Amino acid sequence: MSVKMLPTRDGYGHGLVELGATNPEVIVLDADLAKSTRSDWFQAKYPDRFFDIGIAEQDMIGTAAGLALGGKIPFATTYAVFVAGRAWDQVRTTVCYSNLNVKIAGAHGGISAGGDGATHQALEDVALMRVLPNMTVILPCDANEAKKATIAVSKIHGPCYLRFAREATPVFTEESDPYVIGKAIEMKPGKDVTFIAAGPLLYEAMLAHEQLAAEGISARVINMHTVKPMDEKAVLAAAKETGAIVTIDEAQLAGGLGSAVAEYLVGNYPVPVEMVGIKDTFLECGLPEELAVKYHLVAKDFVLAAKKVLSRKTR
Amino acid sequence: MENIERLKEICKDVRADIVRMTNAAASGHPGGSLSAVEAMVTLYCNVMNHRPSEPAWPERDRFFLSKGHACPVTYATMARAGFFPVEELLTLRKLGTRLQGHPSCMTLPGIEVSSGSLGQGLSVANGFALSAKINKKPYRAYCLMGDGELQEGQIWEAMMTAPHYKLDNVCAIVDYNNLQIDGTVEQVMGLAPLADKWRAFNWHVIECDGHDVSQMLAAYEEAKQTKGKPSAIIMKTIKGKGVSFMENVAGWHGRVCNQDEMKLALEDIYGKGN
Repeated sequence: MSVKMLPTRDGYGHGLVELGATNPEVIVLDADLAKSTRSDWFQAKYPDRFFDIGIAEQDMIGTAAGLALGGKIPFATTYAVFVAGRAWDQVRTTVCYSNLNVKIAGAHGGISAGGDGATHQALEDVALMRVLPNMTVILPCDANEAKKATIAVSKIHGPCYLRFAREATPVFTEESDPYVIGKAIEMKPGKDVTFIAAGPLLYEAMLAHEQLAAEGISARVINMHTVKPMDEKAVLAAAKETGAIVTIDEAQLAGGLGSAVAEYLVGNYPVPVEMVGIKDTFLECGLPEELAVKYHLVAKDFVLAAKKVLSRKTR
Repeated sequence: MENIERLKEICKDVRADIVRMTNAAASGHPGGSLSAVEAMVTLYCNVMNHRPSEPAWPERDRFFLSKGHACPVTYATMARAGFFPVEELLTLRKLGTRLQGHPSCMTLPGIEVSSGSLGQGLSVANGFALSAKINKKPYRAYCLMGDGELQEGQIWEAMMTAPHYKLDNVCAIVDYNNLQIDGTVEQVMGLAPLADKWRAFNWHVIECDGHDVSQMLAAYEEAKQTKGKPSAIIMKTIKGKGVSFMENVAGWHGRVCNQDEMKLALEDIYGKGN
């Protein structure tokens, strides 16, 4: 069976274009990467509401803050690695401390900027954005969800960080699937172990579910698209009902989704957790699929993690 | 609108407030607050179109304090302009206060955006000015920066953005007192020729004496009348202005008066016997 492939950044572009038609307050900013981030799709249709700030991410975030103070809903767009890293203080002090209605889009997240090497692979952005008070952090799993998330963040007040991927990844959710910020989605039921993932790697978790099913292991798959605020009820239910968790991050383990899950469980319902992700290292250049194999981010790695966590299961 | 003599009197009160509130807090930044008194008092009393009793009035001009550590001058000016009672100034930096050590828009109505990490305010002023252009509104954005603060790279990014988008509703104010924590600005990281640099970035530059109320009013008016490009008022000032032993002494950037020093300072500000 062939699955349709699209980059999640395309979903962002489509979401922006739709917002252009439906919400006159939406403004889009970019930092000289409009073609890559797909913000140029909005620019082409709504040139009066698009502003290129040049290669100046810090100024872009500040400008977005000012626009928000003027009642606009700015989407500040560039690569994840730059907006979350270089402009972090601007996001922290000006945007989050003031709780401004700024939407931040980080493209080329995770390993999807593979060929560009470690400088362009955003692996710390999830942690950096997640530690900020008032910030909502969202990692769409496919192009359909990316479009929905883009539209959804325009409807809530406050700073939001959206992370998109460069590479085409499987489209495995439907346009008609419901999407609510902060509400996890159970993609597959299961009773032995639970995968909690966000972003395109969620698809690999779906494949791992199938492989485990063939071996008689029932793995729940949770789409934790909103990493912050995390759907704690879904995590608690998974811990109680399956007794073992595997978290999946296309990011540094420290501070990512796995950290969020572990932080919650340790204080509420401790069960064994295996955390899959990048283990405190910079990567290298290579095709994203090559990097995924080398750094253990494919379905067979998740299967191994599930078996490991099952061996630790006591309840 | 106040007349010149009255503005000068308010400046004295604001200076005294700065000394008293930082003394009561036992910390804070009096030096760079005292250098911006005339800029703030003229702006809040005569220049800006705003309503102190209705700080969220949507049509207001906005002021952005990029040099957030100088919030004592902003708080004192706001209090004297009627935003809140003058007595509240003595709560500066104390637990539970609305007057945070660096300004927070989450606690005090009238503060437009939180600031304190330097170099960020001009971008915010630009963004707000851009929204005014899109909304076809006449309101303006004012942004006060320190001279040492201009060493932050983001300022120069924002200095490119405002003229690029022809934001003639932006008025930047540079408090050019030539002192920062580690010494004079020219010793630490020179800015000269500062006005030429702003001109080279396509700003309309107005140089003036930042302690001359009439010159400040004229500078703001010139900025308002300048169309097609943003204006920068580069005002020559004296750090610690008005308190003899603080003037031009870098050490008073982040040091406050003790009780004896406060007595002397208030005599300097109001004259002996007042």
